Formats: sequence, structure tokens, C-alpha cells
Amino acid sequence: MVKVTLQEVTKRFGKTTAVNRISVEIEKGEFIVLLGPSGCGKTTLLRCISGLEKVTEGRILFNEGDVTNLPPKDRNISMVFQNYAVWPHLKVKDNIGFPLKIKKKPTQEIETKVKWASEMLGITELLDRYPHQLSGGQRQRVAVARAIVMEPEVLLMDEPLSNLDALLRVKMRSEIKKLQESLKVTTIYVTHDQVEAMTMGDRIAVLKDGKLQQIGGSNEIYHKPTNLFVAGFIGSPQMNFINVEVKEEENILIVATSGLEIPLPPAIPIKKSEYILGIRPEDIHIKELPNSTRVTGEIYFVEALRSDTVLHVNTDFGKLVVKIPGDFDAKEGENISLYIDNSKIHLFEKESELSIL
Amino acid sequence: MRSERSLAPYLLFMPTLIYLAVFLVYPLLKALFMVITPEEGTGYTLANIYAVLSDSTFWEALKNTILLAAVIIPLQVFLALMLALFVNTKFRGYMTIVYLITIPLALSDVSAALMSYNIFSPSGYINKILLNLNLIKHPIYFFGFNATTSEFWVIVITEVWRATPLVFIILLAGLQMIGREYFEAADVFGFTKFQKFIYITLPLLKPSLQSALLLRTLFAFQIFGVVWLLAGRDIPILAGETFYQQTELQQYHIAAVYGFVIALISILISWVYLTFLKSAKEV
Ligand SMILES: Nc1ncnc2c1ncn2[C@@H]1O[C@H](COP(=O)(O)OP(=O)(O)OP(=O)(O)O)[C@@H](O)[C@H]1O
Ligand SMILES: [Mg+2]
Repeated sequence: MVKVTLQEVTKRFGKTTAVNRISVEIEKGEFIVLLGPSGCGKTTLLRCISGLEKVTEGRILFNEGDVTNLPPKDRNISMVFQNYAVWPHLKVKDNIGFPLKIKKKPTQEIETKVKWASEMLGITELLDRYPHQLSGGQRQRVAVARAIVMEPEVLLMDEPLSNLDALLRVKMRSEIKKLQESLKVTTIYVTHDQVEAMTMGDRIAVLKDGKLQQIGGSNEIYHKPTNLFVAGFIGSPQMNFINVEVKEEENILIVATSGLEIPLPPAIPIKKSEYILGIRPEDIHIKELPNSTRVTGEIYFVEALRSDTVLHVNTDFGKLVVKIPGDFDAKEGENISLYIDNSKIHLFEKESELSIL
Repeated sequence: MRSERSLAPYLLFMPTLIYLAVFLVYPLLKALFMVITPEEGTGYTLANIYAVLSDSTFWEALKNTILLAAVIIPLQVFLALMLALFVNTKFRGYMTIVYLITIPLALSDVSAALMSYNIFSPSGYINKILLNLNLIKHPIYFFGFNATTSEFWVIVITEVWRATPLVFIILLAGLQMIGREYFEAADVFGFTKFQKFIYITLPLLKPSLQSALLLRTLFAFQIFGVVWLLAGRDIPILAGETFYQQTELQQYHIAAVYGFVIALISILISWVYLTFLKSAKEV
């Protein structure tokens, strides 16, 4: 078990800064997820940790040891590549077992491990095939199997489930998480799928444009996003954002825009007047509840998912997306009253996009 | 509709088939006809074949041709592989090195032989340099009836210099086709440099190695210009003897037997390569 410390890690490709001064401490045996949109530097950061990419600035430590300049093979890591990198000239079983063979493990042990990993990933029937005889998802599973038989100190996975169907993905999610818990291997897992991030990660690191936006447990990331980007990136449907002004009325602060006035809890540091109000779709209700604000609007689109119903409502201050549990009989064009839970609102400074509530 | 479509591929093949028929099958049949008919008179005979097989020069020519191939090809492949691996590290300015290495590709075998002669002849560079440095008193004779061993090695050097670039280009192209990710995976999973070469580079380079080997082996059995110019008939070879029988002795039917032997060997080599070394179904 290894603690991985990133200190101000920066990677530049010419003029592009793919990873920008990222500092994180990843605890022994922790499962950390790197989450962010395409091109935000997830793969690059992972490659820096693996040693495949030399960092431009900063240091990487495994426990107390500085590995910044160590080649990958001396870091005792294993990795699932985003493009699988399954060796085309080796059968599936040799692909999985080869790293063990390189480490001079006894044949018996290699066989047992290959069997174990292929059973777990459901690829036992494919062991005698060559990679070109596999589908993308099957190849991906071979890549995962190859990475987990190694018993590395640090396991790096770059979108290892991106090519699987929804059902298999859910199954593999729990399998990988369980496996990680039993092996207690420090794991860094890249994904741009927020459900994967929320369900698997002990902590989630949200990246954007090479910069770390926020790191924390799913609860913290979801309920206390530090800025507008994190708030908007996490959660589906996306958080509603409304441009508002903050005013003082009868000694209490309120946020206001046409057709909406919500009182703010006391002791909020207000400096300017322009803010963005954030409210998640599930924090807007159709029944009145205490400490809520009523708004009215016209339903213009209904997404009936049956487990939930998502309403798109036009109001005086713009569109609101509302998520109601279960079936809800709503007709497009109808007027509706909505109740915003005052205790669940978020407030972001318009200029810095930082959260102040 | 259907019949038109199924005819189309054959129609597309026609020009190639006609070409092969006119320039390959016909001459081969013609040669075969010459092989089994006497120089003078009519009817069929095995006399030409018998004459060639009972001539010790034929066996010597066959031996020399095989010997040259056996020495030159491994040297070329080894050198070309080393060069290709070196160039493929893509150091700064590696394209310049590629151009330098491939210059000999533009030379005919005759020019290569002449350049080689200028280097190794009694008044060539090597002797001049050695004489000027007072390392030797008399020029070294690399050529001549008494120097077949040194002739042999000069031929080897010339051929290696002349034809290695072809192998080099094929192998370099092959190397550049191997995805970087396969080596990265190997890096991550703890392969040493040597293990990467043995377990990743070589197997993935196999198709290119085979093409290069096949081409070079075929060409090696047609070796002519360099040997003919540097050694004449001191070192008899198959192609040289064909030429000699044809133009000097005007024994056309004997020449045909020699020519036919070269063709047979070539076909045999291609067949062996394609059958036994075929890159399974693995890549
Ligand atoms: N070898 C490279 N040379 C130049 N630029 C690169 C290189 N590799 C990555 N980049 C750039 O660095 C940035 C981050 O790329 P990276 O592959 O890390 O993104 P990512 O977060 O993994 O995206 P995705 O989710 O699409 O896989 C991108 O802008 C990309 O164009
Ligand atoms: Mg990526």
C-alpha cells in the first residue's frame, strides 16, 4: 500500500498546459476518481503518475520516495489504457499473464491468476482468441484483467468501462470497487461519467482545463460545490442557474430577479451585487413546504422517465428544470406552481464563479 | 446484374493476367522448351540438363551463389535492423540519416561495383592510403585469380552496402507502424529494454522482416553485376554462367538450363517463405 502525493504537478505540451499545478494527497488504499470533461487533462495526469509522461514541473511521491524521475517499470504500478493497448500478437490469456511471466512468477500461479481474473471479467471463453477477434468492450475487459492480476502498489485506470453496455457497466462498477477494497490497492480511476465517479470514488477530484477544481467525497462535491463549474458538471439534470441581484430589505438579504425573491440565511459575506443563484432540479417541489419560495410558470416540456419526471418550466426569470420523484401527470402548456426549497440554494459570485453559499 | 458483378473482378485482373502471360509464362515456357530440345536438330532431349549437371562449374556456381546469399542476407538484415532501430529513436535530425543511408538505393549494381573497384583496386583509395602511411610497401591485391577469398569479401561488402538500404527502409516502415501504446503497456508492466525488443518489437515486426527477407533472398539468387565486374568468372555464379553461356559461348540451350534453375530456385524460395513463415493469423 502506497500513499501517492502530487506536489504542484504541471505538464505542458508546447503551449498547451494539459495539467496545471495539481497538488493532491492520495491516502494508502484510497480509491480516487479523476472526473472532468473531455480534454481536461485526466489522461495526461494519469500518465504523469505512471511515469509514461515526464512532468514539466512539480514532484510525485510514492510514500516518502520521490518517483518523479523513475521510469514506469520501477514504480510498481499497473494501468488500464484508454485505448486498451492490448498486445495484438498475443492471445488473451498471454496478454493477461505476460506481465506475470516477465516478473518470473511460477506457471501454476500465472494460470490460477489468469483464470481468476478472466472469470471475474466474464472473458473465460475468449482466452484462446487474439485481440483482433474481440469486440471493443471485450478488449477493454482484457485490459482490465491484465492490470488487476499484477497486484501493483498503485492501480491506474483510464476510463476502463467506457465501452461496455449499461448493464455490464453497472456490474463491473461494483466488481472493480469490491476488488479494490479487498486488494486495498491505491487506485486512481479516470472517468467522465459522473455516476461512475459518485458510486465508486472514496473521493472525487474534479478537473477542468488542467486545473483541480475541487476534491472531496461525493457528498461534499454534490452538496457543497466550490464553484459554478463543479456545480454544473455534477448532477443530472444539471443545476438551474439564475442571474440574480442581492439586495437588503428590512434588514435581511434577499436574492432577487423578476418574479423571484428568496431570503438568504444570515452572515453571508456579500460584497458585490451580481450573483448566480443555483438550485438543483430535485430541490424544487410541486407541493408547498415550509421555508420555500413559490414561483409560477408554464410547462413546456415533460420528460417522463417513470422513476422520475423531469419538467421544463418557463418562468419570468427563465427556464427552470424540475425533477419530481415517480410518475407525474403533467401536460405541456399548463401553468404550474413550484416551491423552491430556500435551504438548498447555492450562490456564486458572477465574476469569480466561486461559491459563497 | 449478378453475372456482371461476378465478372467484374476478373475483368479488373485481365491486364495483370495478360502481362504475366506475355512476360512471365511465355518466356518460362519458351525457356523450358529450349531446355528440353537439342542445340541442333529436332525432338526432345535431356542432354542439356545432363550437360549442365555434369559440369563442375555449375555446382561451383550454385555453391557460390548460395554461399554469397548465406553470408550477405543475414548481414544485411542484421545491419538494417540495427540501423532502423537506431533511426526509429527519432533523435533530432534523424531524417538526414535516413537520406544518407538510402543513397545507395539510387545506384545500379554496376556503379556500385565500379565504386567498389575504385576503393579496392591496386591503385584504389585503400592502397593509396596504406602506401602513403607507409604501412605497406606494395599494393595489396584484392582482386585476381589468386585472391578469390578477398574478392568474395569485397563482393560481400559491396552488396551489403548497396542493398542494405532496401531492407532498412522496409524495416523502418514496419517499426513506425507499431503503435506506441504497445511499448507503453510494456513499460508499465515492467519489461526491460531487451524484453520489449524480444517480446514486442520482433513479433510485431515479423511481417516486415518476412517481406524484406523474401525480397532479399530472391534478389540474392539473381546476383550478377557486382560479381561479374569485380571477379569475372573467378567466382562463378548462376546468373554469371547464364550470361557467359549465352553471350560468350552462344550455347543458348545450356544458358536456358541455367536460367531455368534460377527461376526454379526463386519459385521454391517464395513458396517456402509463404507457406512456412506465414505470420499465422496472429497479427
Ligand atoms: N502528446 C500530446 N501533445 C500535445 N498535446 C497533448 C498531448 N497529449 C494531450 N495533449 C493535450 O492535453 C490536453 C489534455 O489531454 P488529455 O488526453 O489528458 O485529456 P483527457 O482529460 O484524458 O480527455 P478525454 O476524456 O477525452 O480522454 C488536451 O488539450 C490535449 O489536446
Ligand atoms: Mg483521456
